[in-house]
Amino acid sequence: MATGQSIVNNLSIRVATINGTGSQSANNLLFKSLFRMGIGVCAKNLFPSNIQGLPTWFQIRVSEQGYQDLREFDDLAVLMNAETAKDDIATMRPGTTIFYNSSIIKFTEDQIKPGMSIYAIPIEELSKGITETKLRHLLKNLFYVGALSHLYEIEIEVMKSVIQDTFKGKQSAIDANVAALQIGIDYAKANFTKTDKFLFKRANCNEGKIIVEGNTASALGAIYGGCTVVAWYPITPSSSLAETCESYMKKLRVDKDGKAKFAVIQAEDELASIGMVLGASWAGARAMTATAGPGISLMHEFIGLAYYSEIPAVIFDVQRVGPSTGLPTRTQQCDIISCALASHGDTKHILLFPASPTECFEMGAEAFDLADRMQTPIFVMTDLDLGMNAWVDNAFEYKAPNFDRGKVLSAEDLNKVKDWGRYLDSDGDGICYRTLPGTDHMKGAYFTRGSGHDEYARYTESPVVYTRNMDRLLKKWHTSKKYLPKPVLKGDINSKVGIIAYGTSDHAVVETMDRLTTTSLKYLRVRAYPFIQEVEEFIKSCDVVYIVEQNRDGQLQQLLEIDLPGIQHKLRPIRYYGGFPLSADIVERELTKHMGR
Amino acid sequence: MSTDTNCNRAGLSKLDYTGKPTTLCKGCGHDSITAGIIQAYYELGVAPHNLAKFSGIGCSSKTPTYFVDRAHGFNTVHGRMPSVATGASVANKKLTIIGVSGDGDTASIGMGQFCHLVRRNVNMVYIIENNGTYGLTKGQFSATADLGSTAKKGPANQFPTIDCCSIAIELGATFVARSFSGDRKQVIALVKAAHAHQGIALLDIISPCVTFNNQEGSTKSYSFVKEHAIPLHELGFVQFQDEITVDMKEGERKEIKLHDGSLLTLRKLDREYDPTDKMKALTAINDSRQKQELITGLLYYSDKGTDLNTLLNTVESPLWALGEKDLDPGPEALKKINASLS
Repeated sequence: MATGQSIVNNLSIRVATINGTGSQSANNLLFKSLFRMGIGVCAKNLFPSNIQGLPTWFQIRVSEQGYQDLREFDDLAVLMNAETAKDDIATMRPGTTIFYNSSIIKFTEDQIKPGMSIYAIPIEELSKGITETKLRHLLKNLFYVGALSHLYEIEIEVMKSVIQDTFKGKQSAIDANVAALQIGIDYAKANFTKTDKFLFKRANCNEGKIIVEGNTASALGAIYGGCTVVAWYPITPSSSLAETCESYMKKLRVDKDGKAKFAVIQAEDELASIGMVLGASWAGARAMTATAGPGISLMHEFIGLAYYSEIPAVIFDVQRVGPSTGLPTRTQQCDIISCALASHGDTKHILLFPASPTECFEMGAEAFDLADRMQTPIFVMTDLDLGMNAWVDNAFEYKAPNFDRGKVLSAEDLNKVKDWGRYLDSDGDGICYRTLPGTDHMKGAYFTRGSGHDEYARYTESPVVYTRNMDRLLKKWHTSKKYLPKPVLKGDINSKVGIIAYGTSDHAVVETMDRLTTTSLKYLRVRAYPFIQEVEEFIKSCDVVYIVEQNRDGQLQQLLEIDLPGIQHKLRPIRYYGGFPLSADIVERELTKHMGR
Repeated sequence: MSTDTNCNRAGLSKLDYTGKPTTLCKGCGHDSITAGIIQAYYELGVAPHNLAKFSGIGCSSKTPTYFVDRAHGFNTVHGRMPSVATGASVANKKLTIIGVSGDGDTASIGMGQFCHLVRRNVNMVYIIENNGTYGLTKGQFSATADLGSTAKKGPANQFPTIDCCSIAIELGATFVARSFSGDRKQVIALVKAAHAHQGIALLDIISPCVTFNNQEGSTKSYSFVKEHAIPLHELGFVQFQDEITVDMKEGERKEIKLHDGSLLTLRKLDREYDPTDKMKALTAINDSRQKQELITGLLYYSDKGTDLNTLLNTVESPLWALGEKDLDPGPEALKKINASLS
């Protein structure tokens, strides 16, 4: 094989299997082995809302740049699901390499497209070689991993190291996995002649990088951000955020006597989760919940209470496809408006848009400072793609914490303050001073309510006082801008054509910019709502701005139009809302189409 | 201790336990309960600043503003006070927590949260000011209205009643009592005992609505309750700091030792009643409903429960008071985490 003709470290693999059959660990072995060889790699799990028996796909994408967005088309397919095989091969382009389970799948001549390299693996026959009969159905997935590793030269020692780390110390499991892998290697060695050009070669893309899911990063961010109370209700795709948080807290937040410096409560529903968060925050603790769109809908009433009575809260919304149950295991950016304007009455909230695990970690911590500072709910808007997929990203960087607990008066402070009212804007920034229950001072207490209240927290229905309070809340919301993360500007700053995106759409946009080298473009990644000055200036400096987002209705675009009057005519939508992670293939195609007009 | 005879053991006067003037209808049973709460906390010498008052929405839920002004209070949303109280209890386990709810707030919209509050055994006093009607929205039936009871506008309730005491006992509550707002002495004794109990202490207090549920035919009207209420015991409460030399006739009383060492004495009235027997408690409640009677007093008590904060095994310091030093796992831990993710 002459390297000169090979396609090195540049291909996209799609594995089609049935969920719950052990393919996930086989795919992870492939993914992690490539990572450990220093190759730029990305993994996307496209799975069903089901535990066992439905079709599932896994994409492993290898590129020199280590792009982390989905490819629309794949160069190589591993077809293990007889039920979907015909459809799977039909979506593959001519020239694709196909591996398939020839024990259960038969292709007719007309299904094979020109230039396809076909490798048949009789998985079921080979599985008889697995001595642990009970594990046969799980281990047989390793045959395709073995075959791929032989043909494309994935280092066996690296693969063994991944297996060893996965099954830490369970020697029988390690042996069984290595043996199954070897069956695949041996079969490929004896039966396959390589007819395609793909090849993996050791590279140096992953220095200082880790493999991590966004939910893990968010959980660690919350822990490093000083969160002590977590109340949550299971819902895909956010459950692993709360669960990971609890498991790390058990390791990192227990004192020498075994006492917990945290409390995690699995609530009876999302209403109770957010209720507990508000109770804990009201009492002064840093508290959070993690949920998805349906949970946000249920929380709306409490979110309004938190906004109006000014109680901090951190809400991680790991967005999934709605409306209703929607596609619960697919990704979208579809709760932007639902969160920005959550609850009845006039409400406006603060949102953060992390685009990577690094930002889940950073914003996950920052959200608690913001919540305490602004005394209001802070939404960390991640999504299923970010939350549940394994990302290759920079290792977490430690930043010594210096918590901003916001405007809280102690008994001592109260002695010095002349005139204190819970909702009295004495600093003129819309943010008032609060006290915590338990404050030992004659004047330390106040009454919190979701009904009309004056500066001293007394009940009132006065139109004048009500209006004054609502105006102050709006002022407070504007004040938040100076504490929010700034947007990130890329590309040709002199260009008159702009792109705005946020969250996970970033990866597809960055790759699109790399591809369109001859087009003058600039790109602003928005990282928070409300929009700060830079966002308005960016739009003003452009003739046209393409708003890339993963929802049907252009939810961020709508907010831009509401908040920045006079810019509407410049905005052009690029929207994808099919539920798979956004691909540069789509953004490039749409952008080229728009600009060509 | 103050020598002032108008002061309690905390050196505070009864004024320190009062709140804003009531805005409820004249003669409302809820105001009698409020007065009982004030008296109980005054007699107990509870530190006002350490008390946290919670409520949901409804007439009952307005009452926390009418007592202990010097305590933080939180009027939350309808039916969901339990979750907020739970969060506060977890964040600061040193707080003394009282929640005041109504029958609509607890048994209809709040049934779910009420059940889970009981299951979790949150350390708080939970009072249901139960009048079997929605007062604030002008007289609709609530889920605790008795089957056949009539509303002000005439129709009879067609659906079976929810008995919050039975449900609480079933769900593992360890302090369940029923009382009548007009029985001030019993209310005070029960609030004091509930305060001393560790874990959830439920007081279902029948509190007739003078405006919307006090008509002939209602089973929660003053006249009905007065005629049909049967106190199980005469209650005496002795705080554990006091010298226990109360005049009680031996053989006719049962003493219950509460978590903080206080004694609740039940003086036998017209029949034997053992509040530590779960099945008998449930039977007694059920029998009384069949007979259209209302038994009042401590219905069930157990010292076997473990409250939520004990289960969570949290540190002594309130969680809110932990700072960077306690909460930051540090750079070494992060390094290890990074190493495990490759």
